[in-house]
Amino acid sequence: MQEAPFDAGAELNRFSAGAAGAGAVVSFSGIVRDVEGRLNAMEIEHYPGMTERAIRDIADQARERWSLLDVMVIHRFGTMRPGDQIMMVATASRHRVAAFEAAEFLMDYLKSRAPFWKKEVTDEGKTWVDATQADEEALNRW
Amino acid sequence: MNVLYFAWVRERIGLPRETVETEAATVAALVEELKAREERYAAAFADISALRVALDQELADFDAPLAGVREVAFFPPMTGG
Repeated sequence: MQEAPFDAGAELNRFSAGAAGAGAVVSFSGIVRDVEGRLNAMEIEHYPGMTERAIRDIADQARERWSLLDVMVIHRFGTMRPGDQIMMVATASRHRVAAFEAAEFLMDYLKSRAPFWKKEVTDEGKTWVDATQADEEALNRW
Repeated sequence: MNVLYFAWVRERIGLPRETVETEAATVAALVEELKAREERYAAAFADISALRVALDQELADFDAPLAGVREVAFFPPMTGG
């Protein structure tokens, strides 16, 4: 959990170097998207304390379900601009299937079970981003 | 008991946290007490199907008991990732 920007490439290299015995590393980076060229900023609020617990719990579940050598989750809060990195996950395993599946599982759960709330800032004002039914349904496949 | 509000729940009620003296047995009973206080609470809790609750930083249901709970948080569905 951090407010400051991070270097996804450097984080991935460090993670990979530390995952001894891994045959596969999968990473995902979430980036602030400006769909219609109208987004000035994205503000992310979180619940200090619960956020860390929820992320740890989600990572523990991933470790129980897949044979993982290591898991990394970085998630920012505060104000970000279009193109900025919001978050990243990385998983390391001996074979690629576990790393791919665990990374998708982490993303699906972080999206709707970790206490973050996004707010879009445009020239017209500020709007809370609504959770979608698709986000909730994404959990059913696990 | 500490009661915390996040995102638009915080904005509607107008504060991020407060201490509440309550005998409410469940989350739902606490919500009814808060709604009866003032219009801003009634507005924030008008549709609890649009809300989530955490008890001591774990997600819970609105019919969950409050016995022994120190921190209750109300917020909209989460939008992380």
